[in-house]
Amino acid sequence: MEILDALLQGFATALSPQNLMLMMLGCIIGLFVGAMPGLGSVNGVAILLPVTFLVPPTGAIIFLAAVYYGAMYGGAISSIMLGIPGASTAVATVFDGRPLALQGKADWALVAAAVGSFVGGTVSVILFTLFAPPLADFALKFGPQEEFALMMLAFATFIGLGGDDIPKTIFSIAVGLVLAAVGLDEISGQPRMIFFDLPGFYHGINFLVLAIGIYGIGEILWTLETSQGDVKVSQASFAAKRIVDAFKKLKASIVTIISSSFLGYFVGILPAAGATPASLMAYGVAKTMSKDPNTFGKGNMSGVAAPETANNAASTGSMLPMITLGIPGSPTTAILLGGMIIWGLRPGPLLFVNQPEFVWGLIGSLYMANFFTVIINIAFIPLFVSVLKLPFTILAPIIFVLCIVGGYAPTQDLHDVWLIVIFGVVFYLLRKLNYPVAPAVLAIVLGPLTERALRQSLVAEQGDITTFIERPLSATILVLAVLLIVLPAIKMARQKNNRTSVADGKQP
Amino acid sequence: MSFSSLKKLALLPVIAVCSLAVISSTALAQWAPKKPVEFIIMAGTGGGADQMARLMQSIIQKNEFSKQPFIPINKPGGSGAEALRYLKDKSGDDHIVMITLNSFYTTPLQNPDLGVDISTFTPIGRMALDTFLLWVHSDSDIKSLEDYVGAVKVKGKDWKMGGTGQGQEDSLLTGMLQNKFGFEVTYVPFPGGGTVAKNLIGKHIDSTVNNPSEQLGFFEAGQSRPLVAFTPDRLPQFPDVPTSAEVGHGDLVYFMQRSINAPPGVSAEAQAYYIDLFKKVFDSKEWQEFCASDGIFCDEWLAGDDLAAYHQTEKAKHTDLLKGMGLIK
Amino acid sequence: MTTRSAELLMAVLMGLLSVFLMWKSAELEIGWIPDRGPGGGAWPFWLSAVMLACCIITIFRWWRKATPESRSSVEFMDKNTRRINYITVGSLVALLGLTHIIGIYFSIFLFLLFYLRFVGRHSWLLTGTLSVASPVFLFFFFEAMLKILLPKGYSEPLFYPLYQIIY
Repeated sequence: MEILDALLQGFATALSPQNLMLMMLGCIIGLFVGAMPGLGSVNGVAILLPVTFLVPPTGAIIFLAAVYYGAMYGGAISSIMLGIPGASTAVATVFDGRPLALQGKADWALVAAAVGSFVGGTVSVILFTLFAPPLADFALKFGPQEEFALMMLAFATFIGLGGDDIPKTIFSIAVGLVLAAVGLDEISGQPRMIFFDLPGFYHGINFLVLAIGIYGIGEILWTLETSQGDVKVSQASFAAKRIVDAFKKLKASIVTIISSSFLGYFVGILPAAGATPASLMAYGVAKTMSKDPNTFGKGNMSGVAAPETANNAASTGSMLPMITLGIPGSPTTAILLGGMIIWGLRPGPLLFVNQPEFVWGLIGSLYMANFFTVIINIAFIPLFVSVLKLPFTILAPIIFVLCIVGGYAPTQDLHDVWLIVIFGVVFYLLRKLNYPVAPAVLAIVLGPLTERALRQSLVAEQGDITTFIERPLSATILVLAVLLIVLPAIKMARQKNNRTSVADGKQP
Repeated sequence: MSFSSLKKLALLPVIAVCSLAVISSTALAQWAPKKPVEFIIMAGTGGGADQMARLMQSIIQKNEFSKQPFIPINKPGGSGAEALRYLKDKSGDDHIVMITLNSFYTTPLQNPDLGVDISTFTPIGRMALDTFLLWVHSDSDIKSLEDYVGAVKVKGKDWKMGGTGQGQEDSLLTGMLQNKFGFEVTYVPFPGGGTVAKNLIGKHIDSTVNNPSEQLGFFEAGQSRPLVAFTPDRLPQFPDVPTSAEVGHGDLVYFMQRSINAPPGVSAEAQAYYIDLFKKVFDSKEWQEFCASDGIFCDEWLAGDDLAAYHQTEKAKHTDLLKGMGLIK
Repeated sequence: MTTRSAELLMAVLMGLLSVFLMWKSAELEIGWIPDRGPGGGAWPFWLSAVMLACCIITIFRWWRKATPESRSSVEFMDKNTRRINYITVGSLVALLGLTHIIGIYFSIFLFLLFYLRFVGRHSWLLTGTLSVASPVFLFFFFEAMLKILLPKGYSEPLFYPLYQIIY
C-alpha cells in the first residue's frame, strides 16, 4: 500500500501545472530529437542533463523522463516515415513500418506504434510496482552465461527473418558479427582489426553507421531506382476517419501487444540486455506465433506494434537494474545514472527504501510522460504524413543530409560518415542480388553482447564449455532457444506441404 | 528548445551588444575561448570519468565560469587510444581539453604504434584521486586480507577476480596483489565497474577491487564487504576498513588520477585560462561535496608543471607495473 | 553487365573481402587458449571463414544455376539507374570531401543547390530557399539547442561571432 501511495504521489507531482508544462516541452523536444536519424534519447538526455541542475530534482526527473519517452517515439517516427531506425531500439519497427508507409498507411503504422507503446508502458509500470524487489534479485542471478544464452534466444527468434537464400542469409549475419568485432578486444584489451591504421576504427563500427548506411543511403538508392527519380513515394493521405479505422484494425494485434509487453519488461530488467534485444525478440516472437507469418515484413500492423510495445515496456524495465544495481541497460540510462549520482542519489538496493519519493516519482513521471507522448504523437500524425507528400527529389537530398549529419553526431568523427556512404552503396548492391540486409543489422547490434558474454563465461570457467548447460538458468534459456528454432521449422515444413498440395506451383 | 535557449533567444539583442563590448575591452587583457570547448572523455558514457566530466560541465554552466559551453564528447575507442590520438592530431588547438583515467599512462605504453608521448601534452590540473578497495561478498567467511590471501592460495586459478578491461586499473591492481602474495587468479574482464560490482553481488565472481562509488550502494545494503583500502589514510565512508599499511603492506597503494590535460602546443594564455577555470571548479562546493560522497580524494590541487612532474612519476610506476605483469617488454 | 555476371562478381569480391578479414583478424590469437577459451582474433576469424564458405557455396550455386539471379540474363543495372546512381553517389562523395575543407554547412548548401536544381529540376526559388534554410536550421538545431558541434573546416572563424551570440 505504501508503494501505491508513493506511486499516486508520483502521479500527483507530475500533474502540477508547472510539471505538466515541463512534460509537454520535454515530449516535444524528445520527439524531434528522436526523429532525427542518428540522434536518440541519449542525445536529448545528455544535453538537457546540465539544465536539470538549475531546476528542482523532481522537475528535472519529469523533464528527462519526458525527453526519454519523446525520443523513443521519435525513433519510431523516423523508422516509419524515413525508413531509417533512429536508435537501435527502433530497428525492428522499420521491417513493417516502412512497407506500411510506402503503401500510404503511415498513419496506421504510427497509431500501431503509439498504442503499442502506451500499452507496453502501462503493463510495465504495473509489473514494476508489484514485483520490483523480487525481480531485482532475479536480475542478479544473470551472469555472463545467462547473458550468452539470452543472446542465443534473441538470434533464435530471428531465424525466420532471413531471405529464402540460406547461404546469403548466413553471409549477412556473419558480416554483421565481424563488423561488430572491429575496435577493441575487450577480453585481452588489445586493439583489433584497425584497418589501414585509421584511428576511426578504434571506436569500432557503431550499429548506427551500418543502419544509416543500409536504411538511409541504400534505401534511397533503391527507391530512386524503382521510382526513376520523380514520382512520389506514396499516396499519403490523412483523415480523422483513417485514425479510427487504424484503431479498429489494431484489434487483431491485441494478443501480440499484450505478450510483447510482458516479454519487453522481462528482457528489459536483465542488466545486460535492455530495450534493443527486447524489441527484436518481440518482433520475432510475434512473427513466429502469427497465423500468417508471411505478411510480416510486408506491412503487418502487428509487426510495428510488437517491437514498439516491447521497447517501451523494456525502457521502464531497464530502470530496475539502474536503480537497484547501478547498472545502466542503455547509454541513456547510463547518463541518467550519472545524473542520479550528481544529484546525490546512490543507486543500490536501498534506494527503494531510502528515497521512495525519487523512485516512485521517476516511475510515475515515466508513465505520465508516456501518456502525454501518445497524445502529442497522435496530434502530430497529420504533420508527419504530410512530409511524405513531398516530391522524392526534394525528400531524397534532405534525407541524405540528415543521414550525413546524424551519422556524424554520435561519435563526432567524419570517418563514420564515410563508412555510412560505403556501406550504403555496398549493401544496396548486395540487396539487388537478393542478399537479405536486415540480418546484418541485427547481428551488429547483438554481436558485441554475444561475444563478450561467451568469452567472459569461458574465461571465468577456465575454458570449460559445459558451463552453459550446467547452470540451470542458462540451460533453460538455451532449451527455449532450441525450441524456437525447431518450432518454426516444423511449422514451415508443414505449411510447405499444405501449400504444395493445395495450390501447386503457385509462387508468392 | 530548452529553457535556457529560449531565454537566451529573448535576450539575444542584449547579449549581442554586451558580448561585443566584452570582446573589445578584454580581448587584449585575457584569453578566453572563442568557441565552445570540446571536453574529451577517454571512456564511454556512464563511467566515472564521464560522470565527472558532466558534473564539471554543469558546475561551469551553473556558476557561469565560462561564457562558451564545455561540450562533453566520449572517445572511448581502444582504451583511450582514440582520444589520445585525437589530442595529438589536434596539437595547438586551444579549444580542447580532456579528462583522463590511468589509461593516459598505460595505453601509450602498450601501443607504441600510436606515437603518443604524454609528456608533450599540456597539463592543466589534477581534479581528484579515485581510490580502490578489495571487496568480497558479505556471505563469504573472509574477514581480512590475511584470510583472503589464504583462501585464494587454496583455490588458485579457481578464484575469480572481476574487474574492468585487461591492462586497465583493476587488472594492474590485481597484478600488484599477485606479485606481492605469489598467487595466481583468473581475471575476468567486464565492460564497466558497475557491472563488476553487480557480478560480485550475484556471486558470479569471488572478489573485486571496485572504487567506493561502485560498491557503496551494495555495501550500505549489507551485501558486500571491503577488506582493505589501497590508500595511505582511512576513507571517511569506511572508517572500520584498515589501510594496506595498517595490515603491513604499505607498498600496496594505488590511485586513479582524474586530471585535465590539453593537446600538445597549446598557447600559454590558454593554458593559464584553463588552469584558472578548473581551479575554480575544484574549489567549488559542488565538486568537493561530490568527492566527499564518492570516497574520492580531492584535497590537493596540482596544476601545470607540478602535474607534469606527477605524470612522469606515475608513468614510470605504470611502466614497472606493466613490465611486472608481462604486458610490455 | 548481366545479373548473372554480377552475381558471380559480387560473390568473388565478397570472398576476397572475407579472406582479407581473416588475414586481418589473425593479428591476434585465433585459436583456443588453454584455460581462457577462444583468443582475441577467433571470433572475427572464424566468422570471416563462415563468410568465405557462404561465398564459395554461392559461387557453386551460381555454376549450378540454382539461384534466380544466376539464371537471369537481364541487365544488372539499366542505363537510367546507373546515371542517377553515379550522380547521387558522386554528389555525396563531393559533399563529404568538401566537408573536410569548407565545413558541413557550406557543403550542404552546395549539395542541395546541385541536387534540387540539376537533378530535381525544381525552381530557383524553391532550390534557393531550401539550400539556405537547411544549413541554418541545422546550425540552430545542433549547435544552439543540442550543443553538438559539426565540422566546419576552414570556415570555422566565420562562426565565432555567432557563438558569441548564441551562448
